[in-house]
Amino acid sequence: MSITAAAPAISIPAPVAGKGYWRLVGERLARDKVTLVVAAILLAVILVAIFAPLITAHDPYVGRVANRLKPIGTPNHWLGTDEVGRDLWTRLAYGSRLTLLTGVTPVIVATLIGATLGIVAGIGGRVVNTLVMRTMDVFYAFPSVLLAIAICGVLGSGVRNMILSLTIVFIPPVVRVSESVTTQVRSLDFVEAARATGASLAMVIRHQVIANVLSPILVYATSLVSLSIILAAGLSFLGLGVAPPNAEWGSMLNALRQSIYVNPVNAALPGLVILITSMAFNLMSDGLRSAMDVRLPR
Amino acid sequence: MNVHAHFVAQLHGARPIADPAASDALVDVEDMTVTFRSRERVVHAVNGVSFSLRRGEVLGILGESGSGKSVTLRALMRLLPDHAQVGGKVVVAGHDVARLDESRLEDVRGRAISMIFQEPMTALDPVFTIGEQIAETVRRHEGCDRRTAEARALDLLDMVQIPSARRRLKAYPHEMSGGMRQRAMIALALSCRPSVLLADEPTTALDVTVQIQVLLLLRKLQKELGMAVIFVTHDVGAAIEVSDRLAVMYAGRFVETGTAIDMIETPRHPYTNGLLDSMLSGDKRGQRLETIPGAPPSLGQAPAGCSFAPRCRFAATSCTLALPEPTAFSPTHTARCFRMDTKAERFAMLADA
Repeated sequence: MSITAAAPAISIPAPVAGKGYWRLVGERLARDKVTLVVAAILLAVILVAIFAPLITAHDPYVGRVANRLKPIGTPNHWLGTDEVGRDLWTRLAYGSRLTLLTGVTPVIVATLIGATLGIVAGIGGRVVNTLVMRTMDVFYAFPSVLLAIAICGVLGSGVRNMILSLTIVFIPPVVRVSESVTTQVRSLDFVEAARATGASLAMVIRHQVIANVLSPILVYATSLVSLSIILAAGLSFLGLGVAPPNAEWGSMLNALRQSIYVNPVNAALPGLVILITSMAFNLMSDGLRSAMDVRLPR
Repeated sequence: MNVHAHFVAQLHGARPIADPAASDALVDVEDMTVTFRSRERVVHAVNGVSFSLRRGEVLGILGESGSGKSVTLRALMRLLPDHAQVGGKVVVAGHDVARLDESRLEDVRGRAISMIFQEPMTALDPVFTIGEQIAETVRRHEGCDRRTAEARALDLLDMVQIPSARRRLKAYPHEMSGGMRQRAMIALALSCRPSVLLADEPTTALDVTVQIQVLLLLRKLQKELGMAVIFVTHDVGAAIEVSDRLAVMYAGRFVETGTAIDMIETPRHPYTNGLLDSMLSGDKRGQRLETIPGAPPSLGQAPAGCSFAPRCRFAATSCTLALPEPTAFSPTHTARCFRMDTKAERFAMLADA
């Protein structure tokens, strides 16, 4: 037993290369083919929304009844026409604006409010926690679709009210996720270690808690976007969201529903773009999760 | 080779042991108690601990799980949860810890007194690189710019002997081995040159080979920087290896304190005997190891008599009636026991009875 021997000089070639965090994230994303494809789809949807007037030849609100429900591939209407003869491609392109707006805005607002409330509840004492979390439980008593319909019904239809109701619907789940990750992080040793080296509570929240809590919350929020698009489409479908002449994927689906026996492909098109876009947001959130987690191997 | 003899040979050559009553103590603890009160129950975790520690001295606190070792350390930094009540006097580097307001306390933590933890994987923030974590602490305390802080972080990693330190600065905790992480943890704790370092079982989570490296590193840094160290462990060998003085803790009290030599050569408390007997060593080959029967008491109420009496085979009726006060055997050696004869004497008494 020779415990007095000096520590041998260890020289193991370190496999670690120093890289910036964002460069690491970028490199991982570049390797992830699915996420790349999905990102391209999302980018395309966003570009279409921005440049809708430039890439369409028709007026989204004017149609000729003589041209009703032309099938896909009709000259001059490559995606066909809807039940009043409006160009479907134009309608879908313009519709992506409202759909993205109603899909993304509630999630951003709800994440800001929900994450703040959740972190406060996770860090604050028992009283604050009970107050916040039990209030959220009240919202949880209603299924999200019903709650959105109820709020929208009270406020009246319209884009602004729809966004408001979706925001209210999304706050409770975001609070729950942020509260639970905050409580987890707070009890970990490194928070105590930071306190032991003299960090104040505010510093611990800013550095340790937020850094560790943000990525799960962001990933969860990204997955909410697809839900938000679907809920917004649902509200419009029920006539609570976007009013008829406006182009929005959900209300288009609703209007085309009656034509499903005449031209099922046209009727399904808005549903298909909703499906693709919401799936893209979901897969994007998965890709971001694995790319942004520094704990995974490089 | 006899392990005890080996330790003793080493220790006789060590520095003179400081007088614990000296006035220039860096850490001065008198009759410290820690009680956790929640709605459901009360736990008396620490029941009157007193010690003082001078610059450059290492105190080892030995004890089983739940004996109050870690709570004692955290009480020194006021790192306990809000429902813990700390009594007695706790003075660290001239600061009365109980009286400090929050911002002064934050200044003292890290600068005057710092701590390394048992599990380096969870004690380092997983989402920041080692360099970022050290630099952040340096900047917080010294208010220097980023570049200076990063240079300091590099120096610190060199100091704790992390190979290719420059590259390790940009490594995340999960990319390092256990021993390397613990070295990084030590670097983080030492980043603001604390005069008192608390080590909470720093080697328990490590491989045996790495344990020794980390122990030797701690000892070396302690000597170089002249720090006072409180080293908490349940590993008797590790405690003897690094400590000038030892305290054996049981049920929230120091049942025996003394130099490492005192403890090994003339252990007075039956619990110390038990700890030494249950230690693995080469000269006990072929023998069955002695264990201490029973489990530590629950600390729901402060015990009236000696807390160890229920597990002690030398216990007499008197042991359960009154609390044994510390009795001094030499200027450095005290024990709290009514039957504190040497082990041989005790066995002779057992045989007579």
